[in-house]
Amino acid sequence: MKKITIALAGNPNSGKTTVFNNLTGAHHHVGNYPGVTVEKREGKRYYRDYEFIIIDLPGIYSLTAYSPDELVSRQVLLGENIDIIINIVDATNLERHLALTVQLMELGLPLVIGLNMMDLAEAENLKIDCSLLSQLMGYPVLPLVGTKNKGIDELLDAAVHLKEGPPAFLKKIIRYQSGVEKHIEKIKGLIPPDSVMTGGNDRQESLKRWITVKLLENDSEVVSRMKRIPNSQALLAQVAESRQQLQEQYREDAELLIVESRHAFARGAVREGVEFPGEDRVSVTERIDNIVLNRILGLPIFLFVMWLLFQMTFTLGQYPVDWLDQGVSALSSTLEAILPDGLIKSLVVDGIIAGVGGVIIFLPNILLLFLGITFLEATGYMARAAFIMDKLMHKMGLHGKSFIPMVLGFGCSIPAIMATRTLENPKDRLITILVVPLMSCGARLPVYILLAGAFFGPNMAGNVIFSIYLIGILLAVLMAKLFRTWLFPGPSEPFVMELPVYRIPVWKHVLLQVWERALLYLKKAGTVILAASMLIWALFTFPVADNGNALDPAEKMEQSIAGRIGYSIESLIKPLGFDWKTGVALISGFAAKEIVVSTMGTLYSIEGEDADPEEEYFQQNFAERVREQSGFTPLTAYVLMLFILVYIPCLSTVAVVYRETNGWRWPLFLIGYTSILAWIISFLVYRGGLILGLA
Amino acid sequence: MTKMTLKDLTPGEKARVARINKRNIIGRRLIEMGVSPGCEVKVERYAPLGDPIEIKLKGTHISLRKVEAEIVEVEKEC
Repeated sequence: MKKITIALAGNPNSGKTTVFNNLTGAHHHVGNYPGVTVEKREGKRYYRDYEFIIIDLPGIYSLTAYSPDELVSRQVLLGENIDIIINIVDATNLERHLALTVQLMELGLPLVIGLNMMDLAEAENLKIDCSLLSQLMGYPVLPLVGTKNKGIDELLDAAVHLKEGPPAFLKKIIRYQSGVEKHIEKIKGLIPPDSVMTGGNDRQESLKRWITVKLLENDSEVVSRMKRIPNSQALLAQVAESRQQLQEQYREDAELLIVESRHAFARGAVREGVEFPGEDRVSVTERIDNIVLNRILGLPIFLFVMWLLFQMTFTLGQYPVDWLDQGVSALSSTLEAILPDGLIKSLVVDGIIAGVGGVIIFLPNILLLFLGITFLEATGYMARAAFIMDKLMHKMGLHGKSFIPMVLGFGCSIPAIMATRTLENPKDRLITILVVPLMSCGARLPVYILLAGAFFGPNMAGNVIFSIYLIGILLAVLMAKLFRTWLFPGPSEPFVMELPVYRIPVWKHVLLQVWERALLYLKKAGTVILAASMLIWALFTFPVADNGNALDPAEKMEQSIAGRIGYSIESLIKPLGFDWKTGVALISGFAAKEIVVSTMGTLYSIEGEDADPEEEYFQQNFAERVREQSGFTPLTAYVLMLFILVYIPCLSTVAVVYRETNGWRWPLFLIGYTSILAWIISFLVYRGGLILGLA
Repeated sequence: MTKMTLKDLTPGEKARVARINKRNIIGRRLIEMGVSPGCEVKVERYAPLGDPIEIKLKGTHISLRKVEAEIVEVEKEC
């Protein structure tokens, strides 16, 4: 079977991911590009006599070196193994999308252009002449409707035809102004032939030209690559001279001159190949935006959407959570009855089931939250959220785009921190990374639900949790402002971005994405949390005292390793109203915050052992046990929630920050500042509460 | 004629882009998004908090901050 490797490229909002899903079914895996955490999706498709390997590149506007997404895309496209590029463009937005196409054409690879969203284009009365566009662009241009799975296989047919068939299409070379072309020739002559590694003679010629153009554009990555070739000095001197001369000749920076030429090419193609409807009519998107971005209504609607998201997560999610809770309890009591007494039983029931079960039962909450966030992304509302929030975010030293990672932070800090790569400015990005963990993630939710449920009653619990989330946001804003002022003074990233057309999400794809995200959470539960639960169990169980029977359970626990650690930090956390048991729970939270729940479960189930275990398991749920045995007041419970909100993010988050920032400096800084901040906030609230007479 | 920028337009007003006054990353990004000399822009609205602004350009809606709109020089048609 013959193999064809395809790179799928396109702007953000081109519907590329939908096309990718259609091409590959669900048969793909999501991973990361080496060195950076740009998501790499790769899938397979068997079609006709071929095995297609399809690589989904990140959504990009351009092939500059400004963002990791663009750099990664470039590396893939310049690499050895890509046979064909399939470029997905939005038919309703052709001119801007074709500007990327022009850049892809310069890479010297065969190209198939898929005009996506043809149904919307027709609805807008755009008349697009695909065969004329094919002639103008020099590559096949095919209509498709990704959301309805139309025209997908034709893309592959065209790819096969380009690869195997006679050269039906002429390679188009993008020409720049004559002055620019003169300098391109001069510079190209100075690039030694062996500096371009990839492809046959034909492709090498294209790539040489590409490198030349990039040098004229002053592309940082290509310039530093060319510094390593033998005659780099002569080459770079010529580049500098050419840029200077072009500046004088055209009174315009060479970089903008080149960008503008590409756009002119795209503009020309659109002018000829597309017939626009005469009048400017008000689209559905505009009608929706007139309401949701309204000066008066916009903000309340936005807050309402956020509130709805939380109600859905908490109120609706409570039912399945209760069912799962009952199931885990039943399993636990069954095993309790079946297994013989001893270490194994203790490990299974108190360690594994208590730990992993405590995480699994909150899966419905997390699924619903991911569902909400993914839905908002898929409809196009997320960009509006950034638009509405930018002024506020900008004031705090952040960027409207930081809002999206921060909202994702409510689900899980890990995808949220990965999402910060859409921020091009490293300073904006780092600040966002540092404050994202203050957005209360899904893993902290079980802890809040447990504590708020136990200490504030069903009517108040929702409000209490909401206030914790609000405080998290407030702290994030405050810290961002501080970091911006003290750590990274300087200009911020441009906000220029597209407000995409509203779309009705394809449910299959939304669910697929929710599933991918939930899988990450479950994997964590399956591995890190299982290991951590067993470790916690061991910390509680060992050392086993020789005359174990003579000691009562409380004494046993005090003498365990965990108990000793708890005692040793007690003096540190006493001013916050916590005792050594809380200390033990907090230590276990380093592994992952949801483990605090299972630790508390372990802590308080051990004490209850002398009561009739079977009866108790059915009659008292988790929350009640904690309330009865912890000795917390509502105030201590609230302070504990605050502490858990702020203190050290989970190990996985720290690991992701390490990878994203390329070193230990920022993860260590993150650990340090969150610990100190958690202590200060908890201290203030606890002492303040006591003074106000709250108990 | 005094020089007018995109920032000076009020919601609903249309104008033609004359030039982009700065050659920095913002200028480049604007061109990438299709804001180029000669094309017609309309200011759709200001965000509820007053900044950023939303412009419409060849059927696309783009948002940008007022400080960024300042580098786009426009000419109003009479």
